[in-house]
Amino acid sequence: MSFVFLIFLPILAALFVPLLFKKMRQIHTGWFVLIVPVILFVYYAMLVPTTSEGGQLVSSFQWIPSLDIAIVAYIDGLSLLFSLLITGIGALVVLYSIFYLDKNREQLHNFYVYLMMFMTAMLGVVQSDNLISLYFFWELTSISSFLLIGYWYTRDRSRFGALKSMMITVFGGLMMLGGFVLLGIMGNTYSIRELIAQAPEMASHSFFTWALILILLGAFTKSAQFPFYIWLPDAMEAPTPVSAYLHSATMVKAGLYLVARFTPIFAVSGTWMWLVAGVGLFTMFWGSFFALKQKDLKAILAFSTVSQLGLIMSLLGASAAGYHIGGAADTVFKYAAFAAIFHLINHATFKGSLFMVAGIVDHETGTRDIRKLGGLMGLMPITFTIAMIGSFSMAGLPPFNGFLSKEMFLTAMLSLTEFNLFSMDVWGVLFPVIAWIGSVFTFIYSFFFVFHTFAGKHKPDLLPKKAHEAPIGMLVSPAFLALLVLVIFFIPNQVGDWLIKPAVVAIQPFLYTAPADVNIHVSAWHGLQPEFWMTLGIFLVGGLLFWKLHKWQRAYDRFPDNFTLNRLYDNLMYLSDGGANRFSALYMTGFIRSYLVYMFSFLIIIVLGALVLNDAFSINLNNLAPVGFYEIVILLALIGSTVTILASKSRLTAIIALGAVGYSIALFFVIFRAPDLALTQLVIETISVALFLLAFYHLPQLSLKEERMKFKLGNAIIALGVGVTVTLVALSSHSQKALPSISQFYKETVYSEAGGGNIVNVILVDYRGFDTLFEIAVLGIAGIGIITMIKLRLSKKEGQHENQ
Amino acid sequence: MEIIMSVAIGFLFMAAVYLMLSKSLIRIIIGTGLLSHGAHLLLLTMGGLGGQAPPVVADGVSVGDYADPLPQALILTAIVISFAVTSFFLVVAYRSYQELGTDNMEQLRGTDDYE
Repeated sequence: MSFVFLIFLPILAALFVPLLFKKMRQIHTGWFVLIVPVILFVYYAMLVPTTSEGGQLVSSFQWIPSLDIAIVAYIDGLSLLFSLLITGIGALVVLYSIFYLDKNREQLHNFYVYLMMFMTAMLGVVQSDNLISLYFFWELTSISSFLLIGYWYTRDRSRFGALKSMMITVFGGLMMLGGFVLLGIMGNTYSIRELIAQAPEMASHSFFTWALILILLGAFTKSAQFPFYIWLPDAMEAPTPVSAYLHSATMVKAGLYLVARFTPIFAVSGTWMWLVAGVGLFTMFWGSFFALKQKDLKAILAFSTVSQLGLIMSLLGASAAGYHIGGAADTVFKYAAFAAIFHLINHATFKGSLFMVAGIVDHETGTRDIRKLGGLMGLMPITFTIAMIGSFSMAGLPPFNGFLSKEMFLTAMLSLTEFNLFSMDVWGVLFPVIAWIGSVFTFIYSFFFVFHTFAGKHKPDLLPKKAHEAPIGMLVSPAFLALLVLVIFFIPNQVGDWLIKPAVVAIQPFLYTAPADVNIHVSAWHGLQPEFWMTLGIFLVGGLLFWKLHKWQRAYDRFPDNFTLNRLYDNLMYLSDGGANRFSALYMTGFIRSYLVYMFSFLIIIVLGALVLNDAFSINLNNLAPVGFYEIVILLALIGSTVTILASKSRLTAIIALGAVGYSIALFFVIFRAPDLALTQLVIETISVALFLLAFYHLPQLSLKEERMKFKLGNAIIALGVGVTVTLVALSSHSQKALPSISQFYKETVYSEAGGGNIVNVILVDYRGFDTLFEIAVLGIAGIGIITMIKLRLSKKEGQHENQ
Repeated sequence: MEIIMSVAIGFLFMAAVYLMLSKSLIRIIIGTGLLSHGAHLLLLTMGGLGGQAPPVVADGVSVGDYADPLPQALILTAIVISFAVTSFFLVVAYRSYQELGTDNMEQLRGTDDYE
């Protein structure tokens, strides 16, 4: 079966959603939609045995073969794991949304179409083997995420959040496209597998670092890493199922997927390791630190997501260390990739359930403000249990899965201190320290989340609704996820064999060739290792700080708002918007004079610049016509009348002086042996002057106020520049004739071929008759234009009506 | 002669540009007129001014002595076209006087709220 088409199953199903929504009003549309992720999940689950033995599946669909662009679905351990997450959590989220969204009040057809679109996009991202189709699906996730965040489009905050996430993720996406194109040029293929196969040759290419940085920009923006995480808290305006699905379990992990997928290519580079591990770890600390500042349940979870994504990112960075160590498969370095994938699964389970819990609390009490909540434990016991399991797992407590991956995280971070490349031996000690501090804050905000919501005093008067337990349907999905949290703790090695080890092979092909080679055994108890003491320290310090939280949490409010990244983003948007406005207002003055000044200035600069740069100026004094007496006299008359135009006070004088210029030119034509030109020039100058007089002299109200043209230095400089430019170009081009004139042919054949004596006329009507034809057309059009201008006079009112 | 003509043409261009940068509509149109005069002279000069006889076949004139006919044909076309354009300009300017009552270019400026 060509499973590449399964990627498109959700978006095809989405076509029927509006129909079902309109025709089957009594049944919640979500029930129909639910079938799709369930089918997909079952299908992908059946592929697990294949990949767990190290097998891969490829199915492709030619899209643009001539450009080497195809949609190639490639399933190995890594993409299968993500596909299972997408479809599995997708099914649970759809189930949850059926009870969360009211079928009478909400626009469900929009919601499920966007959601299915997103599912297709996400499956496409994780299964694509072709870089271009990966980018295609990547942007589709951005677009569908934009639509889902702005689902309640009548709210200002939703639209703002949607736009912000769109701007940031699309920025990253475009950077990533640049990286992909560079990779494509370096490897001469767009297939990721083929690129990985030739990874060693590419490392020395001059594009390598650029491709690395650009692709990382894409991954960091999508996965909400520092400093691009700012869109994620604002994306919490989306409906809660969306937050649970996109902004905790799937889309934000697309960046992690990208990093994991490209690790085999870029692991050779120290830049990669430092950037991925460093940015990830810093994000982990930053997110956990600021999670405690938040007042909104979903904002706490958003920051916690940022933090946990940073944790996984740092592990992926650490996994690159294995590339540089001989026999790394037998040392502690082997843990990093395994821990990353393990925590990725764990995070999807507990964070998904926590988001659903926040949605339930919001749904049943009417608020998500943690200051108004409290004491819900007795009223919502099931929700509380789920929340507690999720939070404790997030904090890293046994017996929940978060404990295991947190232990492995500490192991991996500790191993970095032993790594002695890329100056890790000096700075590597920072990794476990920051990781430990971040874990302490993680512990505190996990407790903050669950206990400040469910424990303490109940404040019914602050709540918009009377709190009570959620309907059973809404509890099914989070309860199932919470169950998974527990189950994974007890069977980590089965999960490892089925899902994680095949994915680790995809990330670290330089260490392992088959899943069976990954000799990692997860155990909850591994002796009195440093990890144990660190974990104990986290519990003790975290517990102590949580106990005294009310004393120091207020310190967060003192952080100046002016220096936050959000303020920076707002200012940047404001600056680019207002700045562009001000910039165009600066030069778009509306005066014709300004635009003429720009044009003439550029003309002078470009032409004179080209003359100087090419050293093209020259004067050739040979082959010149002799200077005659009459020519000089006419020239003086020409210059005299031009000066008169410039200096004249009245328009009449200027017009007559223009006539004098025209007649001098006619005289030039006489002297330079051009009788036809002289005739035409005389006639046309006469008519022109008459027209000038007609148009301007006979308008009485204008002749009243006449003044001399004021001298303006700026104008004069530009005019002089144009004059000098024309003179220099004329002199240079006259002095450097490359080829002789073709007129010899006309002169010789005018009588024998065309039967005429006047060479100019024969050229006009015979040799080059087309010019004349269209010149006649120009004259005709001008005549018709003039008649129209004079005859057609719509009054102002009618004129406006015409415009509409 | 060509050098002197080149300088004179440069002067014509200079005057034309200076007039086109002015505020008064009529001076701008006079400027375009001067500019086309300059261009026509430039065409003629670049063709070479050394012809001994007008380009009309006559007995006893050797082929090399005729003035170059091709630039003359080009100029003739250009004169007619610039005449057509200038007369259209003039009528447009005339109409805009009638409708708007000014020939000052600084007052003939589109506003931002113009639809």
